[in-house]
Amino acid sequence: MSDMPLVRLAGVSKGFVKGRDAIAIFERLDLAIPEGDFVAVMGPSGSGKSTLLNLLGGIDRPDAGEVHVAGSRIDTLSEGQLSQWRAANIGFVFQFYNLMPMLSAAQNVELPLLLTRLGKAERRRHVETALAIVNLADRAKHYPREMSGGQQQRVAIARAIVSDPKLLLCDEPTGDLDRTSADEILGMLKVLNRDLGKTIVMVTHDPAAARFARRTLHLDKGHFEEKELAA
Amino acid sequence: MLKQITAVTLINLKSIPQRFWLSLSTVVAVALVVMVLLSFLAMSAGFRRTLASSGADDVAIALRAGARAELNSVIARDQVRLLEDAPGVARDAQGRPLASAELYLVVDGIKRTTGTKANLPLRGIGEAGAAIRKGIRLVEGRMFAPGSNEVVVGKSLLREFQGFELGQTVKFGTGRWTVVGVFEADGSVFESEIWADLPVVQSLFNRPNTFQILRARLTGPEALAQLKAYNDGDPRLKLDVKSEQEYFSEQSSQTSDLIQKLGWPLAIAMAFGALAGALNTMYSSVASRSVEIATLRAIGFGGFPAFVGTLVESLLLAGVGGVIGAVATWLIFDGFSAATLGASFTQIVFSFRLTPALIGQGVALALIVGLIGGLLPAIRAARMPIVQGLQG
Repeated sequence: MSDMPLVRLAGVSKGFVKGRDAIAIFERLDLAIPEGDFVAVMGPSGSGKSTLLNLLGGIDRPDAGEVHVAGSRIDTLSEGQLSQWRAANIGFVFQFYNLMPMLSAAQNVELPLLLTRLGKAERRRHVETALAIVNLADRAKHYPREMSGGQQQRVAIARAIVSDPKLLLCDEPTGDLDRTSADEILGMLKVLNRDLGKTIVMVTHDPAAARFARRTLHLDKGHFEEKELAA
Repeated sequence: MLKQITAVTLINLKSIPQRFWLSLSTVVAVALVVMVLLSFLAMSAGFRRTLASSGADDVAIALRAGARAELNSVIARDQVRLLEDAPGVARDAQGRPLASAELYLVVDGIKRTTGTKANLPLRGIGEAGAAIRKGIRLVEGRMFAPGSNEVVVGKSLLREFQGFELGQTVKFGTGRWTVVGVFEADGSVFESEIWADLPVVQSLFNRPNTFQILRARLTGPEALAQLKAYNDGDPRLKLDVKSEQEYFSEQSSQTSDLIQKLGWPLAIAMAFGALAGALNTMYSSVASRSVEIATLRAIGFGGFPAFVGTLVESLLLAGVGGVIGAVATWLIFDGFSAATLGASFTQIVFSFRLTPALIGQGVALALIVGLIGGLLPAIRAARMPIVQGLQG
């Protein structure tokens, strides 16, 4: 794990307006996550876990402060620049997989590669590799409806890593799975972090899931509290 | 960018079965709009073609000055004689002028389809009357005998009106007439007429020495100017002389313009209804795909491919509707025979005519509906905040 922070938040504030009231989610938040880290973010509902993930992924903007990820200050980028930046640097894993139901597993995994200059043959090779990493090489032609929840989430992970991004952002990746499938997915994330050096930020409610991370950050009332370091 | 657009468009199109009934309703609505428009345009084109094919540029007609149609024209016998001898009028091998002074009367007929009465044109023609017109062929029976109560009828008239079969006797005015022949005239307006010997018609309808039109074959189209100059220079004439082509073109433009002026507003009013359907379908499409669109945007796809993908889906649905509407109109109406009142208040039988150019107009209208119907939903798809979209 490098000492260089891959993710750095400096004085980030974010809130929302409800009726006439402006409600702060967090104010002047600072955070640094080194490259190669695997961080679980926990906290009560409404504490801003998903908002934090959205800010790190460049799909939401802070009200104030700076967001630096993978060498870029992303809070000042335009929408078009952010799209390109996400394609190059971020892999998303969602709670409900967010696969395209009308595309096969291989076609779903190929989607991020359509944003690159890779030719068809190279794309196919990358897709095969990604599916092999998640142990789904034999299900390439299967559609999401033909797979279990755990298998669909593995396809989603393959999609997240196929373009070799630096940062994986996982929003409750096991929230829709049974314990066995959840452990399988979490084990896979751990391998991606340990063996492939992927930096992972995972939002979860599940303490058992958090134990797969290197460390856990608790977000509550707009502040982080580091509770535990995993082995 | 092209790969992104292709991928997003493909995803959109592959997801249409998830919104099958809503998409189908848009297709049907657009198809109906195109059917209404094309049926009116086909009617107008068919009517225009029937009259346009009736006129030759080397046949001149003369009407009373100011008369727009034969029914309100009167020409005296001495005027007929003067024009027959005018320069530019062609002559046959015996040196006789190829001219036909004619009487045009309205008689009753019964429509086969509705059993209702309608005005039919009875034309008394001279000896050269059939020969002057282009494309006249007897397809049944023979020509009427001069001086007899015999008529020949056009093929279209026989098809649309009852009682004119070969050998039948029909009653016009005070006289009874026998149908001795059926003629065709290349689908022109003459096929909607009944022809009889001019002197007999003048006698039985008590119109001695009265004519309504003079039709004369010219030595060539350029001879029309010569004939007009002759007519204008003789104070005894002062008739309206024009080419037969020009005359029928004027006649057709009034009715076909009226048909078009009815057809377009009706189609456009219906298009607004179809537009509402298309908007509803496409907004629903964007709403039902909001998670997919947001996921693609989160992965790194731009807003523009989402915009294009939605627009293509809308254009495709409307385009399919347009093609279905055009094909249905062609199957139902192309060649469909109808009759309507012409400028002389008599029935003109014509066939609906659906040309490739008209089909193009119908499909273009469908695509305009698709474009406008897809535009706002496409903008919504492109601008949808990713976080909001991911929440579904």
